[in-house]
Amino acid sequence: MPSIAAVSRRGLMVSGISALGAAAFGLPRQAFSQVKTKARIVIAGAGAAGLAAAARLSDRLDGAQITLIDARKEHYYQPGFTLVAGGLKPAGYTISSTASHIPRGVTLIEETVAEFDPEGRKVKTSSGRSVEYDFLIVATGLHLDYAAIAGMDTSLIGSNGIGSVYAGPEFAAATWRELSRFADAGGVGLFGRPAIEMKCAGAPLKYTFIADDHLRRRGNRGRAELIYAANNNTLFGVPIVSEKVRMLFQDRGVKVVHDHVMTAIDPARRIATFRTPQGTRDIGYDFVNVIPPMRAPDAVRNSPLPWRDGPFAADGWLDVDRHTLRHRRYRNVFGVGDIAGVPKGKTAASVKWQVPVAVDHLVADIDGKVSTASYNGYTSCPLITRIGRAMLVEFDYDNNLVPSFPGVIAPLEELWVSWVMKEIALKPTYLAMLRGQA
Amino acid sequence: MKDLDVFVLVAVFQEMLGWLFWPLVILVVLGLVGFVGVIVRDRGIYARRFVIAELVGVAGGFFGIWLMLTITSSQLSDIGGPIDWVLMVVIWLAGAIGAAVVAYIGLAALDSTRRSPVAQRAPPLEAASRA
Repeated sequence: MPSIAAVSRRGLMVSGISALGAAAFGLPRQAFSQVKTKARIVIAGAGAAGLAAAARLSDRLDGAQITLIDARKEHYYQPGFTLVAGGLKPAGYTISSTASHIPRGVTLIEETVAEFDPEGRKVKTSSGRSVEYDFLIVATGLHLDYAAIAGMDTSLIGSNGIGSVYAGPEFAAATWRELSRFADAGGVGLFGRPAIEMKCAGAPLKYTFIADDHLRRRGNRGRAELIYAANNNTLFGVPIVSEKVRMLFQDRGVKVVHDHVMTAIDPARRIATFRTPQGTRDIGYDFVNVIPPMRAPDAVRNSPLPWRDGPFAADGWLDVDRHTLRHRRYRNVFGVGDIAGVPKGKTAASVKWQVPVAVDHLVADIDGKVSTASYNGYTSCPLITRIGRAMLVEFDYDNNLVPSFPGVIAPLEELWVSWVMKEIALKPTYLAMLRGQA
Repeated sequence: MKDLDVFVLVAVFQEMLGWLFWPLVILVVLGLVGFVGVIVRDRGIYARRFVIAELVGVAGGFFGIWLMLTITSSQLSDIGGPIDWVLMVVIWLAGAIGAAVVAYIGLAALDSTRRSPVAQRAPPLEAASRA
């Protein structure tokens, strides 16, 4: 695949080294010659994908009017939620202010996009303001649909044995308090995942391993039964990884039940109800990690932008080409991050590789050129298997393992080095990504 | 990580260390320059300082490992494969070399302020071997 960079590798190295001095003074890197334009670019959503896109666009374009639209004042480093819910980091570890990540020259409208009008090339914000664009990047993220589980509500997180890692930093911290109580008392720990597309499909597995480790460290593993309720007949979307996780679950004594999809929860009786091929089944718990179904936000679902058929239609994921992230019907629209209707990747690692590709195509359009940049579905998951060890699993659309350090860091081996990367290198890489530098 | 180049590494280390990044880079450069400077000034390495610096270095290596395990909530039993041992050795070496260099420069500074008779009596290794 040709490099997304319009310069040679050697050129990039030379410019990188020469830019070291510039970086010392906080100046932006310019590996590309800037394209002059008056284009109006709207980015819906200032999460990881939106911010990274804004940073890269402002680096590559001179004179463009770039507008980010997002009402959220706080930015969450979501890959850190598992560490917070694992008792390893405080909630504040994942929180920063959105405004602090806005690149210079980019306008932030602190509202939500309420309506997309791709025919009229404009979006309408929550206050009714209309914002016209020449190019649109949809990076709204997704909606955690807790209401789809009967009896479930985010207010329940942190009580009656209910945890949920995804809902936000404070909820992750509340989940840790419940897990810690469970690790002291023992009982039944219930884990699993929803049946539809979700962000970081490794997180439910990681959290099961973390729970197991806390129980062992407190000498209470014998007093607990851990159950992983898989939504289908696998444990992970990549077969070779699924098989490895099966072996590890067997080694750790985690009981697996397949084809179980959580449909309801009864907090008072501490019972979760699952849909199975044999009908509904109740499983009692003393601790449960509830993972809600995940869907596109209403504004996207109610627009002409989602897939109209196929596996991504029902939940409203954006109808984009999986290799260019360009909308398949509206060529001036791109979708990156969780909202993109592509297989597998709803992770920060996906964002890291999707954004440069989408941006390269957008800039090429403005410049009257054709981009050859292509996204192969790369994503990665530092799959924590205990506190202190992880497997650095990296894969693509075709379920191939694509290790960054082949022969050095084995993808299916539980390693300390992979844990160290997760602990100290991932967040800095993420923050560098938000600035368009990684 | 197909675009892993020097610049990405610098960007990541900058984020990792925050405001400490450039002071640390300057400290490392100053340490190396100082070390070379002291050796050039003395026209060789003083055996006494070198031995003490090596002992400090051994402790520094283990301190480095302890620090890494602490900040990553890990323990020695988490070492899983060969690359983990390699990383452990690299961390030990970084801690050892850093501590030894700092100790050597510190001892040289102490010697020159105190004009220690021991330091004056003990000739540099090279000078001794020439004699």
